[in-house]
Amino acid sequence: MNALQKISEFFMTPAMKIVMILAALLFPFVASNEYQIYVMALAFVWAIAVYGMNIITGLCGQLNLAHGGFFAIGAYTLAILTVDHGWAFWWAFVAAGVSGALLGFLAGVVSLRLKEHYFAIFTLCVGFIIYLLIDKWEELTHGALGIINIPAPSGFGLVDFTETTPFYYLALVFMVLSIWLAARIANSLLGRSFRAIRISDELAASLGINLMRNKVLAFVLSTTYASVAGALYAGMVRFIGPAEADVVHTFDMITFLLVGGIGTLMGPLFGTLAITWLTQSLQFLEEYRMIVFGPLLVVLVIFFPRGVVGTFLTWRGRRLAAAHETAQKESASEKKPSSNKATTPRNQEAGNHA
Amino acid sequence: MLKINNLTKRFGGLAAVNNVSIEFEANKINAIIGPNGAGKSTFFNLVAGAMAPTEGSIEYQGMDITGMACDRIARLGIARTFQTTSLFDESTVLDNLIVGHRLRTQSRLWDVIINSKRLRDEEKKCRSRAQEVLDFVGLSHIGHRITADISQEEKKRVAFALALATDPELVLLDEPAGGINPEETENLASLIRKMVEHGVTVCLIEHKMDMIMNLADKIMVLDHGEKIAEGTPEQIRSNPVVIEAYLGSDDDAAA
Repeated sequence: MNALQKISEFFMTPAMKIVMILAALLFPFVASNEYQIYVMALAFVWAIAVYGMNIITGLCGQLNLAHGGFFAIGAYTLAILTVDHGWAFWWAFVAAGVSGALLGFLAGVVSLRLKEHYFAIFTLCVGFIIYLLIDKWEELTHGALGIINIPAPSGFGLVDFTETTPFYYLALVFMVLSIWLAARIANSLLGRSFRAIRISDELAASLGINLMRNKVLAFVLSTTYASVAGALYAGMVRFIGPAEADVVHTFDMITFLLVGGIGTLMGPLFGTLAITWLTQSLQFLEEYRMIVFGPLLVVLVIFFPRGVVGTFLTWRGRRLAAAHETAQKESASEKKPSSNKATTPRNQEAGNHA
Repeated sequence: MLKINNLTKRFGGLAAVNNVSIEFEANKINAIIGPNGAGKSTFFNLVAGAMAPTEGSIEYQGMDITGMACDRIARLGIARTFQTTSLFDESTVLDNLIVGHRLRTQSRLWDVIINSKRLRDEEKKCRSRAQEVLDFVGLSHIGHRITADISQEEKKRVAFALALATDPELVLLDEPAGGINPEETENLASLIRKMVEHGVTVCLIEHKMDMIMNLADKIMVLDHGEKIAEGTPEQIRSNPVVIEAYLGSDDDAAA
């Protein structure tokens, strides 16, 4: 094994998780200013929504273009309940998740009757309807004025989440929980059902998988993720307007997914962080940033359709398969039973969706 | 095992399948042949529940399954493969097969969240079933490979294995030997025989005549959506109506 392979194997070990969490915990101490912590916390909040999108689009293969709309639904549910109705933050937070799930269920049951492009176009319209409702229904949403003075998450007198660093840790906790649940789903039989649907509806149905039930479940999971992220976002920036429901956010999230690796476990995090920091470091270019992003994205989609993480996993999978075959040949030529034969494929498989 | 009564499927004015009645016996290899556009694939789609018939009924083991949804029919024990084999290219071969046994499991979202014992047991069961069917189709040596890297014939076998992982009693194979060479075709034919020896009933659509004539116990010939003949390979070979349908309408199908 050469050095590159050693490093790549380290990425797949449990130790890597600890290293990443430690790095995230230490980040506020090494950041050169508070703004960097703020940007990182915001990236974590977006990453939660991107993980939701990864469930319906990455695992289940249904391109949902209303995702930004459900992010806004979460943000607005929290804002309306806390500001206009005086709810405590955390109750409103739970209500935001529930409203994302319920509205997601309603939208899902209707829109998932359509397939492929028709589904994508329909959800694009759903997203736009959400935007219009937020913009025009002034009695409920304050219309174009937006909602100000949203309370920060309550720290129960122990922590002050109006400060950037405590909020950073709060966002980190929620993001780690989101990734943990996403991993559970992706590696379970449920995730396998979703992936079968991604291959083809016909194949999945012929394997006895109920298409509608599984698609709606994946959709509801994704909208719940989006609305929870939206609620956290509202508690962080504490002012929201109809622009939160802009379809631009949905396309941003698709970019994060494509760059990181759609359908992979660490792809959404990688893509969100990479693009967020790239955007930050290209601030001086202002609107011309897109001149850098556009070609970058095109090159990535052509040459690395599975994104950075997906490409890495495929490369590693091929290498392990080759190593496995060499080991088989060697053990056959030595005429003695291979001891690692049974364990190698299993290890490889466990890592395949990491 | 499978009893088809007056099955008809119309698309607008065109009857893709027209008034077809036939009975397939358990533990036999049943073949459906016919020129291109004869309605063979539509017939399969009707049996598998991918589309509902316009008229007629389908009885499976004495149960009326007409118009039943695809996934329910799969759970009753009818599996199928498709003309084009679609698999999850990025995963290993073995990994592709695990989902095949999903329909025999009960775990839901809640089991996933709490990682219940039921889920863990069922995942173990699915994994061992995947290994079994992989051994059965003779591919245990490539279970660790990335699916994108295996040959066309191996993909066909993986598709067979996936269908078998559902624990079916009847397997519908849509052109299993399409796009593979004569030697591989012979190997695939032995695999089909092996499936029948293990108690699975097979029903297949195929264009390769020599394969069908050696393999099938019973053949049904479709032409323009209608059944024009049924019988043993010998009966079909000498049937004047069949000969006319092939030579008279579509030469390439006889090749």
